[in-house]
Amino acid sequence: MEISIDVLIFYLVSLVVVGSACIVAFSRNIVHSAFSLLGTFGGVAGLYVFLGADFVAAVQVLIYVGGILVLILFAVMLTHRISDIDITNRTVGRIPGLVAVAVFLGILVYAIGETDWVKVKEVAYAPTTATIGNLFLGDYLLPFQIAAVVLLVALIGAITLSRKEIKE
Amino acid sequence: MDHPVQTDFLRWIVLFPLLGAAVNGLLGARIQERAGKRMVAFIACAPVTLSFLFSLWAYSRLLGLPAKERFLIDRFYTWIPMGSFSVDVAFWVDPLSAIMILVVSGIGGLIHFYSIGYMHDDRSMWRYFAYLNLFTFSMLLLVTGDNLLVMFVGWEGVGLCSWALIGFWYTDHTNTRAGNKAFIVNRIGDFGFVLGIFLLYWTLSGQGQGTLAFREIAEHVGLLADLELWGVGVATLVTILLFIGATGKSAQIPLYVWLPDAMQGPTPVSALIHAATMVTAGVYMIARLNGLFSAAPATLQIIAVVGAATAFFAATVAITQTDIKRVLAYSTISQLGYMFLAMGVTAYSAGVFHLLTHAFFKACLFLGSGSIIHAMQGEQDMRQMGGLRKVMPATFRTFAIAVLAIAGTPFLAGFFSKDAILWQAWATHNQLLWGVAVFVAGLTAFYMFRQFFMVFFGQCRADHHVQEHLHESPKIMTYPLWILAAGSVVVGYLGLPAFLGGSMLDHWLDPVIHVPHGEHHAVMEEVGVMSVSIVAAAAGVVLAWFLYYVRTPSRDESPEARGFAYRVLFNKYYVDEVYQFVFVGGTLLLARVGAAFDRYIIDTIVDGTAKVTTILAWFNGLFDKYVIDMLVNAVANVTFAVGNNFRRVQTGNINSYLYVVVGAVVVALIVKLRYWS
Amino acid sequence: MAAYVAMLTKVGLEHYLVVGGILFALGIYIVLTRRNAISILLGVELILNSAGLNYVAFSHFSTGNVDGQIYTVFIIMLAASEAAIGLAIVLAIYQLFATIDVEATETLKD
Repeated sequence: MEISIDVLIFYLVSLVVVGSACIVAFSRNIVHSAFSLLGTFGGVAGLYVFLGADFVAAVQVLIYVGGILVLILFAVMLTHRISDIDITNRTVGRIPGLVAVAVFLGILVYAIGETDWVKVKEVAYAPTTATIGNLFLGDYLLPFQIAAVVLLVALIGAITLSRKEIKE
Repeated sequence: MDHPVQTDFLRWIVLFPLLGAAVNGLLGARIQERAGKRMVAFIACAPVTLSFLFSLWAYSRLLGLPAKERFLIDRFYTWIPMGSFSVDVAFWVDPLSAIMILVVSGIGGLIHFYSIGYMHDDRSMWRYFAYLNLFTFSMLLLVTGDNLLVMFVGWEGVGLCSWALIGFWYTDHTNTRAGNKAFIVNRIGDFGFVLGIFLLYWTLSGQGQGTLAFREIAEHVGLLADLELWGVGVATLVTILLFIGATGKSAQIPLYVWLPDAMQGPTPVSALIHAATMVTAGVYMIARLNGLFSAAPATLQIIAVVGAATAFFAATVAITQTDIKRVLAYSTISQLGYMFLAMGVTAYSAGVFHLLTHAFFKACLFLGSGSIIHAMQGEQDMRQMGGLRKVMPATFRTFAIAVLAIAGTPFLAGFFSKDAILWQAWATHNQLLWGVAVFVAGLTAFYMFRQFFMVFFGQCRADHHVQEHLHESPKIMTYPLWILAAGSVVVGYLGLPAFLGGSMLDHWLDPVIHVPHGEHHAVMEEVGVMSVSIVAAAAGVVLAWFLYYVRTPSRDESPEARGFAYRVLFNKYYVDEVYQFVFVGGTLLLARVGAAFDRYIIDTIVDGTAKVTTILAWFNGLFDKYVIDMLVNAVANVTFAVGNNFRRVQTGNINSYLYVVVGAVVVALIVKLRYWS
Repeated sequence: MAAYVAMLTKVGLEHYLVVGGILFALGIYIVLTRRNAISILLGVELILNSAGLNYVAFSHFSTGNVDGQIYTVFIIMLAASEAAIGLAIVLAIYQLFATIDVEATETLKD
């Protein structure tokens, strides 16, 4: 039984995703958690590539790695003195949490295995950016516009929340 | 007409100034420090000069073509290729835009040179020139863009530069406020403009001809003929929306309020942006889309009335103003009103003609006033001036020529162009509008000569200190004045009336004006109409001579000493105050109403709900105490114990809530797999 | 046995779903156990990622069109705004309480 190279790579990437997600979950140091999130996000981007979603992969890298991660790191540094990181990343109720999650995951995997998924026969790999662009300005125009408004509101909200109150 | 000549040099007309703006904008501070202001000025003036030379080249190429085929196009690249919707960044030059690029780069170039003298004491000269170049770029983009979207980019660009230059001396709060006012008022107009573009594209694509290119719009105007939206013709609706954009940019009623305040900027800027070029963008846009506008007679009627009303309104305000630049600002609004009147009576080429002549004499007047303000050490109040004729001979002479031109002295530029508009208004049977326009011609002559006499004649009323320093401006400032003054004389001969040989400009513009010219008319009638306007202008001059030359104006002339009418005019009909009250006050009022609604209605409801709950709880308590307790005390104790235990569920802690959620999902999954699969 | 080997050597929809499930479970675990507001946000990001992964996997294997990818882009957009707002709230809380431990900020309970 031979294993082809792309399957091997899939397992490797999945390992990176799951492994770094584990570090995020179990690390005592919040900076380590935040940094290993990089592995998860990058790995998921890799999985997107496997799934033929080139545009989403690029967006994942740009937004998550380039934007959200940096934002989180900033927040970490703004709210902690680096020295007492160990103390502030407190974890409570590990055992019940683990048990609950393990049960949940078991059921989930069981459900995935049991379900008879709909599958298409031939899976085509084609560039998706143009298609997605057309859909955004066609069928998905309204959600697209609403997304723009949501982003604008989030922007304004973030500014008003985080700035110091100006006394009249 | 179907095959415009492809070229690839038109892009440079537009791109040179952008290059200058980029160099000065990004590196200007360092250049000015290392290589001096001369270098900065050179970097700014060279691209505009090159643009002008390239414009001349384009013009000569046009001349070489047969009249009906005079179109040059330069497809730069495809900007938005999206299915059926495609927009090119393409520049085109036809007879109409050829006039505009020559005016923008030519007069713009002169004003660049003039600025070297005017701004040479300013610390941030590089910033000034970067903005000015960026403005030239945007304006050239506006006039050469081959479709509405590219034009709109230029349209917004000039608005941005105008804002930046009005507030150029940003340390003074009034300047930045004036800039913001201009920007915000323009925004209202731009909103209409962009809606007009949307509606036009939407309707045309509904007919299978979705396009924004001017040439194709002109071809497909017929498709709009019978379409209606909410009971109004689509063509009317589109043109009204576009005209709203024009009222913002070209300072017409009701959106003209920003232009007088825009005079806070440096004077060359007032000359270039707020007199010669940017404010004429609206006129250009209508002339460019004349086929579309001609398909909407109702809109044309509105445009004509708005134009005449603006001309009258601004002219009456101008006769009382004492600030030298404000008089010119209101005069500009008034002259723009003339141009819109021309558009409204479908005299497109007459309107463009007036645009052209006005660019020359108004730029000359503004630059002249700049020269005066320069000499007066920043003083702009005409009551402090007087007698400058002897000290500043070059400024005096050029200013005089421009005043004569704008007042409508026979055989100068303003006379021919104004007469062309008046005649067209008469010939299209708009006698009432014609009457207003003739009256405004008289007013124009009056307020221009009032300014002329107050500034240059009589005794100098300035402080001793200022008087000692009075001087003529350097040559770099007076030469542009002379060129513009010469233009104010010569340009008029491009558009002679029919009985003096006919208008060259009409023939030149013929391929782009898609409406037939007015019917041939009697010579005697035209001469008669012309002489009426000459008489009106002469009356204005005589009145000004009597009031401001014979009776010398006093230094402390104040509006309070005059009658009611004078005060109303001096305060510009209190329009600013009304706008402040209605719009700014209205917005605040709306906010207060909202707050009051929140406080009294919403809060009352919330409080009421709370009260009802409290009362219910009280009854509940009574029930509990006297019924339950008395009946089964033990059960109450059990209930209490259970409640006390369950209280821990309500921890206020997200984590514990999530346990419940996870548990619920697990249960749901199990149920699903066990019993529904 | 052979069936399991075949399952391991050919990557299909289930594999991606399992990876997504693991990410989801870890995200839940973080939100369950952490007391640090920023850590909880990290967990939420994991959960959102797992949802996005599922969408793309289904789009690839089950529908064959790009609709699922579009939902993922919307999820990423939501994640971005959520992160911005969430972190702004965290900063505001930090300024108020000088801590971002979620148990220390339970003043609303009383």
